[in-house]
Amino acid sequence: MSTVDTRRVYKQADYKSDVNPIWCPGCGDYHVLMSFTRAFAQLGLPPEDIVVVSGIGCSSRIPAYTNCYGFHGVHGRSLALAAGLKVTRPDLTVVVASGDGDGYSIGGNHFLHACRRNIDMTYVVMDNRIYGMTKGQPSPTTEPEFDTALSPGGTGLRPFHPLVVALASGANFIARCFSGEPNETAAVLVEAIKHPGFSFVEILSPCVTFRPDEKGWKDLVHPAPVAATTDPGKAARRIMTDDGFNVGILYRGNRTPFQPAVAATDVDLSELEKDFEL
Amino acid sequence: MSAAAANPKVASLNDLLAVAYQIEIDAVERYNLLADQMEVHNNPELVKVFRDLARAEGIHGEEIRRLAGDFDVVAHAHQIAKFQKSESPEQADLGSAHYLMTPWHALQLSLKGEERALAYFTSIVETAKDPKVKAMAAELVEEEAEHVNLVHRLLRRYPQPSESWAEDLDPPVSQE
Amino acid sequence: MAASPGISIAIVGSGGAGALTTGNSLLESGSAAGWYGLFTRTLGPQIRGGEAAALLRLAVDPVECLPDQFDLLIGIDWLNAHRFGAEIKIGPETLVISDPRGGDKPAMVTESGARVIDVPMKEMAKAIPDGRPNMIALGIAGRLLGLTTEQVFAPIARRLADKGSAAIEASLAGIKVGFAEAAGIDFGAQLASPRPSSARRWLLSGNEATALGAIRGGVRFAAAYPITPATEVLEWLAPSLAKVGGVLLQAEDELAAINMIIGSSFGGTPALTATSGPGLSLMIEALGLATSAEIPIVVVDVMRGGPSTGIPTKSEQADLNIAIYGLHGDAPHLVLAPQSVGDCMFTTQWSTYLAETLQCPVIVLSDQFMGQARAALERPADVAFIGARKIATDIVGAYERYAFAANGVSPMAIPGTRGGQYTADGLTHSQRGTPTSGASDHRAQLDKRRDKLDHFNFGDHWANVEGTGDLAVLTWGSLTSSAREAITRAATDGINARLVAPRLLLPTQPERLAKVLHGVKRILVVEQTHSGQFYRYLRAHYDLPAPVRVFNRPGPLPITAGEIHRAITEWR
Repeated sequence: MSTVDTRRVYKQADYKSDVNPIWCPGCGDYHVLMSFTRAFAQLGLPPEDIVVVSGIGCSSRIPAYTNCYGFHGVHGRSLALAAGLKVTRPDLTVVVASGDGDGYSIGGNHFLHACRRNIDMTYVVMDNRIYGMTKGQPSPTTEPEFDTALSPGGTGLRPFHPLVVALASGANFIARCFSGEPNETAAVLVEAIKHPGFSFVEILSPCVTFRPDEKGWKDLVHPAPVAATTDPGKAARRIMTDDGFNVGILYRGNRTPFQPAVAATDVDLSELEKDFEL
Repeated sequence: MSAAAANPKVASLNDLLAVAYQIEIDAVERYNLLADQMEVHNNPELVKVFRDLARAEGIHGEEIRRLAGDFDVVAHAHQIAKFQKSESPEQADLGSAHYLMTPWHALQLSLKGEERALAYFTSIVETAKDPKVKAMAAELVEEEAEHVNLVHRLLRRYPQPSESWAEDLDPPVSQE
Repeated sequence: MAASPGISIAIVGSGGAGALTTGNSLLESGSAAGWYGLFTRTLGPQIRGGEAAALLRLAVDPVECLPDQFDLLIGIDWLNAHRFGAEIKIGPETLVISDPRGGDKPAMVTESGARVIDVPMKEMAKAIPDGRPNMIALGIAGRLLGLTTEQVFAPIARRLADKGSAAIEASLAGIKVGFAEAAGIDFGAQLASPRPSSARRWLLSGNEATALGAIRGGVRFAAAYPITPATEVLEWLAPSLAKVGGVLLQAEDELAAINMIIGSSFGGTPALTATSGPGLSLMIEALGLATSAEIPIVVVDVMRGGPSTGIPTKSEQADLNIAIYGLHGDAPHLVLAPQSVGDCMFTTQWSTYLAETLQCPVIVLSDQFMGQARAALERPADVAFIGARKIATDIVGAYERYAFAANGVSPMAIPGTRGGQYTADGLTHSQRGTPTSGASDHRAQLDKRRDKLDHFNFGDHWANVEGTGDLAVLTWGSLTSSAREAITRAATDGINARLVAPRLLLPTQPERLAKVLHGVKRILVVEQTHSGQFYRYLRAHYDLPAPVRVFNRPGPLPITAGEIHRAITEWR
């Protein structure tokens, strides 16, 4: 995480850009944006020391709506891009934003390896269980019976369980939030960013256009009944057996983050040539 | 974790003024955000409704600032008036927004906000120990009740739209 | 017997016979003795125990290509040697040393008319405790080259340093037996003594040279996904980057690798990845992102036989099309190609400099031949091309990442710079970087990205142009060395030809090419592809002012200097 600037006081508005977000009115992602800016303000990080990296999808539009540095890259590869950024610039705070299609489908392999690599960054997936940007196709988290044009009668497939996958793959911090509780979400994000290593925050973020049923999530979510565990075994059991609407921090690991030493040096490159001298 | 437990602590008159001020400012910000959304989605009637609501809440905020006299209510609000859990009472629910929403829907959002503010100040009247706080909270309750009535009056001008209000014969557009 | 300016040796063996070790250590001994040299190999598909041939050329002057024909072929055994028979040309002048128990001699030997001497290397090795037949072969070859036992033994001693004295003694004994055996062999050829020289010389592979060039150019981050024949670039970078305060990250796939380097470069750290055709195919989408978002990156493609998995261990030049045309949309980028083992260093360093200067992706088209060849060469000259990215500092007022600038290159804000916050985007964007689908912004940014490359002065390094003859040999990549040697030979026949080998393939340089082709009467295009990709590229982008003949052939057979020489001679 970057250093807190004690000379300046940052307000939530300092992290918001003047670009008007283009999401459907009613979309959960507006709340997520508020949670981001609120969390950043609470952490007191200079906006120029934060980088928000994303892929493609509704949720991935978020970087330009912040006043931080941002990268809106190609579909599914945000975690890889963020890894290259963070290992060479450990001084920056790196937050990666994704969705259930971008993060769990096309970007699924990178998700596994980002958890495993445990670089100090925060991965936020706004899960609405649908591809919104392309008009409502099933994503890996879509319920098997959900009917779409691309999957008439439903996919019949078991939904992907991102939190279990994250835990099994080595994520060092796992939380679930609901976008409709932006202040609670911001509090979790603060903890996720502060926690060393790879933090994974799944935010249930309703799609009002293609999943109006998800408006009902606000009545389903409930705080996790117990505090976060540091025991991956316990966490696995809890995550596997909860109803999917348990919100809060669910796991805090203590693995050491991966960060090779990097420092600009004025090393004489002729040292390297010695390998080749005859 | 009750919502009240995470609300700002109101121990003095200044605290109450700061919180009341922040509630109005939060409402202003939210209405402006909704107006922005409506602007992006080409719903000018609603842009105006939300800007008007924002302006009205802004005026309330200014009134509270004047009421506070020399006391810097803005700075104090920044210090103490943070709703750590759930949102500020008068903030309209973002999740209820819709690109085809009508003034009736906007007023429903506004009504709920005013009712939440009313309930919030009522709870302060009921729990405050300082009589000055109690008295001021009671005044704020009166004011919010007046707002609730106002919204009800406005709703007579904007009756509930027919069930087909959200109908859009154009298909959604695929992006990115 | 007149001394020859160069001698070529092939050593064939299988099942762990150690042919490659033998060839490599001969290169090391020969180059330590003062000769120049080139070592390459051809292999079966096995991870261990496969059939292998070490191909070695030692010479008085620098050499960068294989010979037309080998002077000496040693068969430690002949199991499956026919599989690469076509790649090892021998003739009646060749001496073949063959183990009579090494299996049937392949047709390339029996039909060549070469003189064959049977030497029972396996049996001789058995007489030495822990003896190995390849050490006998090494001794024979060393003696025939005119080396001393000490010179031949030195590289082996280095290799076996941690294997204990028994292994070292066994090897030395084997070399000595080989030397004794060679005393009775009439080679019929003799390598001329090295010229006395004070030049600093290096022994390295093209892949290592590529990696060193990258670091010299300023690269401090590499993302790595293993792929033959590019992996050595990354393996050399892993410890070397750490020494200079950089870092290498192993990626989960090539998609991750290229996005990692984009992330690093966005953060201000010049970055590179190396791959081969299949990996480049996966990287294409993100190359477009780097073009659009104007992020400098270097992608080295060490080309192998394609398409698909193709021939991973053998060379071809058939990734030209994907490098030039692979990106979707109008995506101006750079494509460069080194021309030799040594030039891998220069071209990669220059590529890094160009990527950084022009804020765009560069594809470096190396190939398996020069990438995995090891050469003893003169230390390439130091060049001043060190990445100098135009950075935005002291930002006052609204920052526009993609502001129009006279040369199209706008100052780039690096995260951490106050006031420079912007979002890099693959979406069409405005000068500020904000996404837009407007026609004018789209056009303006397309213009900007094209112009910054078109207006840049690439200078004389864009091509190697040698000679003034009215026949131009137009080629590229590792074939440049074969073409140069062919032109030298043609000159001894009185045929004057000029060499034109572009190092910069994109952006194209039509005016420059027109200038260097001025006055030519015939153009011979030489390339290692099946479909004539280079010829078609030339036809699409350049005016060729004279009749053209094309000598193209797919890999894996190398195109030799002799073949090009013949093509030159036949076109009078």
